[in-house]
Amino acid sequence: MRTRGLILITLAVLSAGCSSIEPWVKPYDRENLADPIMAFTRAPISQDFLDHVFESREGSRGASGGGGGGCGCN
Amino acid sequence: MKAVNLRLVSFVITCLAAAVLLVGNARAGVLPEDRADLLYFRYDGGGVTINGPSVLVRKSIGEHVSVSANYYIDMVSSASVDVETSASPYDDERTQSSLSVDFLHGKSTYTLGAVKSDESDYVADTVFGNISHDMFGDLTTISFGFKKGENEVFRNVKIDGVKVNDPTFAETMESKSYNVAISQILTKNLIMSAQYEVITDEGFLRSPYRSVRFFIDPFSQGQQPEQYPNTRSSNAVSVRAKYFLPYRAAVDTMYRFYTDTWGVIGHTAELGYVHPLPDNKWIFEGRVRYYMQTDPADFYQDIFPRADYANFMARDKELATYDAITAGITATYEFKIDRFPWLSKGSLNLRYDYMQVNYDDFRDARYSLGSFGELPEEPAQPGTEPLYKLDANILQFYISAFF
Amino acid sequence: MSARTLKGFAKGLALAAVFVLPAFATSSSGPAPAFQLTGRNGKAIDLSQYKGQVVMINFWATWCGPCRQEMPLLEDIYKKYKPMGFTLVGVNVEPDAKGAEAWLSKQKPVSFPIAFDTESKVSKMYKVAGMPSTVFVDRKGNIRVMHKGYKPGDENFYLTQIRSMLKE
Repeated sequence: MRTRGLILITLAVLSAGCSSIEPWVKPYDRENLADPIMAFTRAPISQDFLDHVFESREGSRGASGGGGGGCGCN
Repeated sequence: MKAVNLRLVSFVITCLAAAVLLVGNARAGVLPEDRADLLYFRYDGGGVTINGPSVLVRKSIGEHVSVSANYYIDMVSSASVDVETSASPYDDERTQSSLSVDFLHGKSTYTLGAVKSDESDYVADTVFGNISHDMFGDLTTISFGFKKGENEVFRNVKIDGVKVNDPTFAETMESKSYNVAISQILTKNLIMSAQYEVITDEGFLRSPYRSVRFFIDPFSQGQQPEQYPNTRSSNAVSVRAKYFLPYRAAVDTMYRFYTDTWGVIGHTAELGYVHPLPDNKWIFEGRVRYYMQTDPADFYQDIFPRADYANFMARDKELATYDAITAGITATYEFKIDRFPWLSKGSLNLRYDYMQVNYDDFRDARYSLGSFGELPEEPAQPGTEPLYKLDANILQFYISAFF
Repeated sequence: MSARTLKGFAKGLALAAVFVLPAFATSSSGPAPAFQLTGRNGKAIDLSQYKGQVVMINFWATWCGPCRQEMPLLEDIYKKYKPMGFTLVGVNVEPDAKGAEAWLSKQKPVSFPIAFDTESKVSKMYKVAGMPSTVFVDRKGNIRVMHKGYKPGDENFYLTQIRSMLKE
């Protein structure tokens, strides 16, 4: 009974928090982030080739992608 | 007791599932933009020349699906330092084709894809999948990815001057990787992301052509094939950030830490700057990348004290101790063509990179072993050859079209 | 599955709904906040001048793909329903009004009023939570519906709202 109560409170806080955390960067303030120069990878075809060059002559591999950002529309 | 727990568990699962499903469907995200790119590249360095074309096309179908296809050819002409000290120069061609589909549902994007790479002595088939989800007012994106590769390794030999696969040699290896990434918008000018990837390889992991060297006596050396472990597990974690400068430019930075069960430790750091000119036609980008492999593979040595020194022995310079610096600039010219209103933007791009690698524990064995079997006039004492250094010029020319 | 487990699922669903439904919340009640902004060619745009008409306020930006996509459709809707007591006000949310005006002059002509909310005051008042955002205000000046985003097909939803509010 107590466990259920605890889980209830945690979930309530989490899901209420999830749907009511106010994004601190408003959708109408996304102009700079939506600028094409702000993409982590502006030319995937070129980056894929270079990633291949580095991976085939270095011992390191992995964790070289990147995403997110953009206009946040819809 | 069991019944109560089941009720509790069902209660928790339903709350979470309902929350994700209901909130997940509240709004919709955006698919990546349609584009087509054509690249010509040329790598020249360390006696190796690789050039070729690459084509990439991405097209959305309806409002929920985006398809991407890539076709790429590497034409290799190799007389690298390893090849010079043990074999004859070779030419080869590698073809790679890949196809992936993105499916957008609410704030989540599901990706599934496959890659096939083919060359005369190596066939690699990879499948990959990814789920990414936008949340917190689209400020946060989390994603989970998985990749599985099944590769076949062959060995080329020359029979009557013709290059064929050695019929007695056929090996396989399998690679699996999992990655998790989170991307977070911090301010209206700053975005950062972090990624963690774990990769496990199993099977035949060495080159069928490379040999290690060992001392027969202090003045003479012998060679024998490499011996590698048949598993390799690695962890890599990276962070990157990009910042928008008020006069319209962007600066970005990245750091990656790598470690694996072979003992390799590598640090990668990169700094980039993008500067568009106010005419909205020209964009310039400069990048500097620094790679430091501070720890070599445990079983790597430039020259072993004697034959059959250990169970595992490697002389692949890729596993040695070294640092590499790469600096490059890109010039982009963007344009629109009134006669083609369906083309929202086109660009011509030229990129040049210069790479220099300095090895700390890999020596230029051409000074003692000669080049393609031809010994030098005064062969150096094994183990005293100068440390190897590699310079490479990398050129890329690509045209991009956005629809 | 026992009855108790089913009860657990039902309670969980009900509880989740209570906390998750706010995500759908559209500030769809109360009078539309009044505002005065500068429009194209320095013309003043005041929301109160449209009282008695059905007003559709569309928050947009030149950098927002879906906003650009829906603009020609908004122009069609405006031309069709203007004679029946309907108006569309496009509120541009960018700090650079001159840049937005220059962009507009390069597009297919837009005849509905455009206002420039350069300091994001109006966006904040209307709690704009997505780009684009469309607010439907009835003849009495009350907000009835707030629609976030634009996907092809959403214009049907717009038309339904406009037609039913015009009948009032």
